[in-house]
Amino acid sequence: MAQTVKFTIDGKQVTSTEGTTVLEAALSAGIFIPNLCFHPDLEPYGGCRMCIVEIQGMRGMPTSCTIKVAEGMIVKTFGPEIDKTRRDALQLLLANHPTDCLACVKNQRCELQKVAAYMGVTERTMQRTARPQAVDESNPFFKLDRNYCILCARCTRTCNEITCVNAIDLVSRGDETRVSLFQDQQFMESICRSCGECVARCPVGALVSKNTVIPSSEVLTTCCYCAVGCSMYLGVRDGKIVSVRGNSEGKSNKGKLCVKGRFGIAEFVTHPDRLTSPLVKGENGQVQASWDDALQIVADRFKTYSPDEIAVVASARTTNEDVYAVQKLARAVLGTNNVDNCARL
Amino acid sequence: MAGLATQFGSGAMTNSIGDFKDSACLLSIGANTTEAHPVIGFEMKQAVKRGAKLIVINPRKVGLVRHADLWLRPKSGTNVPLIMAMCRVILENGWHDEAFMAARCENLEAFKESLEQYDLESVSRITGVPAEDIKAAACMYAKNTPAAISYAMGICEFSHGTDGVMAVGNLAMLTGNIGKPGAGVNPLRGQNNVQGACDMGALPTTYPGYQSVTDPVSQAKFALAWGKTSGLKPGITLSEMFDAACDGRIKAMYIIGENPMLSDPNLAHIEKALRSLDFLVVQDIFQTETTALAHVVLPGASFAEKDGTFTNTERRVQRVRKAIEPVSGSRPDWLVTCQIAQKMGAQGFDYKGPYDIMNEINRLSPSWGGITYERLDACGSLQWPCPTVEHPGTPILHTHVFTRGRGKFMPLDYFPPFEMPDDEFPFLLDTGRALFHYHTGTMTRRVGGLNRFMNEEKLQINPADAQNLDIRDGDMLSIASRRGKVTARAKITDVTPAGTVYMTFHFRETPSNLLTSPGRDVVTATPEYKACAVKVEKVKVEKLKSGGEG
Repeated sequence: MAQTVKFTIDGKQVTSTEGTTVLEAALSAGIFIPNLCFHPDLEPYGGCRMCIVEIQGMRGMPTSCTIKVAEGMIVKTFGPEIDKTRRDALQLLLANHPTDCLACVKNQRCELQKVAAYMGVTERTMQRTARPQAVDESNPFFKLDRNYCILCARCTRTCNEITCVNAIDLVSRGDETRVSLFQDQQFMESICRSCGECVARCPVGALVSKNTVIPSSEVLTTCCYCAVGCSMYLGVRDGKIVSVRGNSEGKSNKGKLCVKGRFGIAEFVTHPDRLTSPLVKGENGQVQASWDDALQIVADRFKTYSPDEIAVVASARTTNEDVYAVQKLARAVLGTNNVDNCARL
Repeated sequence: MAGLATQFGSGAMTNSIGDFKDSACLLSIGANTTEAHPVIGFEMKQAVKRGAKLIVINPRKVGLVRHADLWLRPKSGTNVPLIMAMCRVILENGWHDEAFMAARCENLEAFKESLEQYDLESVSRITGVPAEDIKAAACMYAKNTPAAISYAMGICEFSHGTDGVMAVGNLAMLTGNIGKPGAGVNPLRGQNNVQGACDMGALPTTYPGYQSVTDPVSQAKFALAWGKTSGLKPGITLSEMFDAACDGRIKAMYIIGENPMLSDPNLAHIEKALRSLDFLVVQDIFQTETTALAHVVLPGASFAEKDGTFTNTERRVQRVRKAIEPVSGSRPDWLVTCQIAQKMGAQGFDYKGPYDIMNEINRLSPSWGGITYERLDACGSLQWPCPTVEHPGTPILHTHVFTRGRGKFMPLDYFPPFEMPDDEFPFLLDTGRALFHYHTGTMTRRVGGLNRFMNEEKLQINPADAQNLDIRDGDMLSIASRRGKVTARAKITDVTPAGTVYMTFHFRETPSNLLTSPGRDVVTATPEYKACAVKVEKVKVEKLKSGGEG
């Protein structure tokens, strides 16, 4: 068990565990420190300089996301010096960031917007310096608009630390710094596996899903594809699935998803090819029938076979309850143990 | 899964996905985890980043190879001698866990005796893996504990796949890597609920909760609960069902959410079977190659339209919740099944919803006694066995004793695959999955974006073979086995070893299972998808115009 650590933030006694960063300890104690490059899944980075604090006995203003808590530590999260330094850092980020927030899909969900609002910053005081940057729309599911990028490196760290694919990285220096793929390729030419973990962690409108629709409600469920059993929220609006989000509380996936789970569900679920009526084979092939008629035909025909003449194949894609019902039908009604699933395939 | 059930008493993944982070060594055998189980792939790569050793045993240069400390590339179908040789090296060098073996296992002498045939020199010859690599792998696995083995269908889908699984079980027991965090033997299951389908008794030999149909006590229990039940005679397996349909013993089938006309081996045989049936009912969400042959097609609802639970590969039961109403005209699968039963006059199918069904499962399946919707809603998930509502669930199996009592070492002999390449069919065909599609593609092929990544089958062929046959990337090829022929474009890649070609089974336009072997595991009847003999030829342009086969 990790050791308990007692220390002080802004005069308030806080208890945390050894190994926790000052920022995480503050946030979980209900003390907000603005931050942008921090993400709980990622290693401390200290890139955006928003979370700077003063710690008694330490020189300067360290970033609270990179300092681990220590017994007796005395932390101050606000003050004129801190405020000025944060504002300067924020102005540097805003200088090259578009201000057409209404036109951005991240409007009201943008973390830069939230930090600016928290800091009371309403206008840019520094001149734009960067040239317009390339937008990569090659991937069918998401795009990278570097003009919105604040170089927090959450995406590149995700690709390195979480998925270990290493498709993207920060390249070059100074105002040439940018998120790039190997040899400045487009996403579709690269080794990117399109999992969208970077998109899920981008705090601004730089890496965003194409066709973003904000759901009116979300339902917690389990992915229908492979056997990892990723816990996910399906976002629903107007009777359709419009979004998918990994559930960070999910024990098997801890919020992560792959390309099929994140981007491959909505389209098939309500695809126009879905079967919408029972079909019964007649002389001219399969024709639509009512549920009542179709079920009656099945029931009548099933009754005519002895237990050894009939076999049931349950589906490993359906729910446990679906499978239970069908093996019960096989055994208790059809009287046969001829029931199997694709487990051997 | 019969292999582990024989040795340990349970065929399921012994540990949890989250355990990989505690492993000092990961041994991946016959698995393409980054493609087939991407999120587990993340977990394994992260473990390697933190310092865990990774050994990959795979004839294919799969994604994990890039992250591996050691990659063994055996010839297809030689897992048994390779793993048994690792066992022998471990014993000879005294790297085994004597205390664990003595306290927890049995049948060691017979096992040791069978190791005599697996000297490094012979095994190296059979497998094509250098002796020093076998030794290095044995050393790395045995000396870095806890060590976790994960495997997938690259072990099972051989005519002696059960032996492959048991070889793996031997290796884990020998080193005491059972019943501990970060250790274990972990079969990665293919579909979202394949574990659950087995748990629920969709097996010819077991009632829900793996209660044997041949056990009169179980039979009496279910007869009492249901009013009536099946006999003591085990049913027939999926592959046997199709054989029996061909020769008229099986006259009717009810198939739910499966597309054997694309997914099952030796498709010509499957088609003959389904066409021979007197009555075929298929329940699915889309028209498929299989529904096309049905006398009655019933439209089911997708997972997004119904309540229920799935059991993932680590025995974790999680809720599925209805997000939207069933697409017009479709009905949840449990409801359709229950309505058939009711129309047949059966009692006990008047469930108000999946909640009622789960209550019945809780009552009748002891290992699921405590897995209630109330608890799942409160805590998110539970891993069986979970016999009571107070039980926290079981992240790790066999912690103190094996489910069957003592772990059983299995002596094993080596048998090559059923069908090996010869002069006429000189290549070995391996089949498997790709990241961007799922099974027969009924769902993923309808997602435009996924098709942008992969929209046709490509035959993977090694550069050396391509050069010999004067094949260039993108050339149209005909691939033929004794059973059928398909065409596909060439993708030249060293992912596949020389002498072996590779296809997925996601594309109806290129039904690779027309080619696959009638060979089956001698115990479980699992098809030998991973090995059959084929010949590969360039298709001449005029032949293309007249329309190829498949």
